Amino acid sequence: MLKSLHLFLSLCMLGLLACEKKQSEIENKEKSSQAQQSESTTFKVGLVFDKAGADDKSFNESASRGAKQAQEELGIELKTIEPPDDSAYELSNERFASRGYDLVISVGFIQEEAVQKVAARHPETKFAIIDTTVNLPNVASLMFEEHQGSFLVGMIAAMKSKTATVGFVGGMDIPLIRRFAIAYEAGAKHANPDVKVLTNYAGVTIEAFSDPTKGKELASSQIAQGADVIFAAAGSTGLGVFDAVAEKNIFGIGVDSNQNWIKPGNILTSMLKRVDVAVYETIKEAMNGNFEGGVKRFSLEDKGIDYAIDQYNKDLINQETIDQLEKTKKQIISGELKVPDYYVISKNS
Amino acid sequence: MDEKNSKKYEAFYSAEGKGIMLWLDLAFWVSLLSSTLRLSTPLTFAALGGFFSERSGVVNIALEGLMLIGAFAAAWGNLYFQSSVAGVLCGILAAMLVASLHAVACVKFKADQIVSGMAINIFAFGLAPMLSKALFGTRGSSPQILSEIHMQTWNIPLLEKIPFFGDVLSHHIPLVYLAIVFVFMTHLWSKKSALGLHHRAVGDHPEAADSLGIKVNRFRIVSVLCSGVLCGLAGAFLSIGHGSGFARNMTSGRGYIALTAMIFGKWKPIPTFFACLLFGFTDALQIRMQGTPLPGLGEIPPQFVQLLPYVVTMVVLAGFIGSSQAPKALGIPYIKE
Repeated sequence: MLKSLHLFLSLCMLGLLACEKKQSEIENKEKSSQAQQSESTTFKVGLVFDKAGADDKSFNESASRGAKQAQEELGIELKTIEPPDDSAYELSNERFASRGYDLVISVGFIQEEAVQKVAARHPETKFAIIDTTVNLPNVASLMFEEHQGSFLVGMIAAMKSKTATVGFVGGMDIPLIRRFAIAYEAGAKHANPDVKVLTNYAGVTIEAFSDPTKGKELASSQIAQGADVIFAAAGSTGLGVFDAVAEKNIFGIGVDSNQNWIKPGNILTSMLKRVDVAVYETIKEAMNGNFEGGVKRFSLEDKGIDYAIDQYNKDLINQETIDQLEKTKKQIISGELKVPDYYVISKNS
Repeated sequence: MDEKNSKKYEAFYSAEGKGIMLWLDLAFWVSLLSSTLRLSTPLTFAALGGFFSERSGVVNIALEGLMLIGAFAAAWGNLYFQSSVAGVLCGILAAMLVASLHAVACVKFKADQIVSGMAINIFAFGLAPMLSKALFGTRGSSPQILSEIHMQTWNIPLLEKIPFFGDVLSHHIPLVYLAIVFVFMTHLWSKKSALGLHHRAVGDHPEAADSLGIKVNRFRIVSVLCSGVLCGLAGAFLSIGHGSGFARNMTSGRGYIALTAMIFGKWKPIPTFFACLLFGFTDALQIRMQGTPLPGLGEIPPQFVQLLPYVVTMVVLAGFIGSSQAPKALGIPYIKE
């Protein structure tokens, strides 16, 4: 017994030694490649995702798409990290910054503190953070006017609903998601003042964005209360919402990326948050030497926020609805129509 | 009464009225109770898995990781073989395979059982997205399982005719019923059969069991494998039973809740089942209480409502753990003299 344990342990040690050797080889290689790169002038971009990971079919995926587009069209060198837990955000940002990356892009409000610390330590490196603001001269804060888009999909929902009851399923209960919720409700009421809006959140931790089981139950409960259009602003928790609406053959509304294809015929539209455009534009500006720190807002006006019409949903939304939406869109852009913004409301109260 | 006040009262009473109406509404209870059943099914499977492992004396906090691997493999199996039964089998097999690591580490090599369990959770957390990247080309979630190959719900012939109970108990997927059957089977097995007796002896008094000729370590390895099978079922429920695809980290801490339920159930199948039902119920209730006024209290802020499952866990653990009876040799590797 003890003998086999010894054997096992010594094998492990051998394995570790082998790994170590490989590691040092890799590092040497890295060093030499770094030396090569510093000679050439490839623009290096590091992308740090949040915990949902690059392939969340939603928010992170959109950022990933923008960066890949930049890689293809602008010839940048792109590296990505998916931090495994909350404590790794700072480390991941630090790794890119200390290895001489020109631009580090951090996806998600949850990285605010990490970027705040790392960007202060590396004033020569450019940073961009999505969905929150970091007040440093070398950080561009990319903010989206989500409430404008939510207002429009709220209108679509209310106009499509036969029961005059629509639902909202949010992920984690945070100001960002409340911003979606409040504007969605306002939009629905704008289209039909008598509509009833049911609002649920999946939870109070970051896991609330990755729990399709909970999403399906939340949606089922709303369906039992009469909802026949449900907007899911909940990361992959939304996949469960789409399951529930497809089973009952009613409608869901997607978020961030175009999700119309996930359940064709049962997804009314998606509220697009063009993180890809923001990421691409930021990389382009930084590459051309036009990078500016500070807050940058993306809205309906510059198509940073929009709603999706494609081959999967064009038969679900009639022309009359689209005309009305376009009219409202113009009113929002011109400032004629004010959409309630949770960020402003919560500050004032 | 002036106009302003009367409006206020009207609003108050209508909210109040709605609140009471809701609690008297039969459809509300049907939806609440059937949701309870669904939400407690994965907990029941995983907690039974915990029961098998821990009753034999091996601590198993790897339930979460085993479930996650089970969920992933089930989704892959369902998509690859175009059959939900094959999916469930794949989930069981994969979770059993990973559980065998825990069994070998804890029983054969006498490793610290908590450390091994934690290692498996971390391993599973990384392995699932990695395999997903290799097999589906995306780390986030698997392709959606279409309804043609998705597990179908069962309508229980006579039961579905009974007004209230039929609506609550019928129209679930087979895994929900399987979980309930397993609870009672496990109970009978543990209490009435010789093997069940051995199982408990191995966890309580391994020396005594050994002297009776029971192969303690072999028994423990098989018990940990059984917990893998059950966690595989729990995972399959999440990804291909209830949901229609694997999503990254989709277990969301259910493995730990199941472990809590098992401890609350004093390492016994039937009390554990009721603990799972309680957790499922608080979760289902929490979902329905968000934004609904309570009689006499009005609407409760959602943050408080969402705390409900956690508060119940705390209260339950603080209130009942004192009298709980863990297997006496739990966590102690058995070394034959």
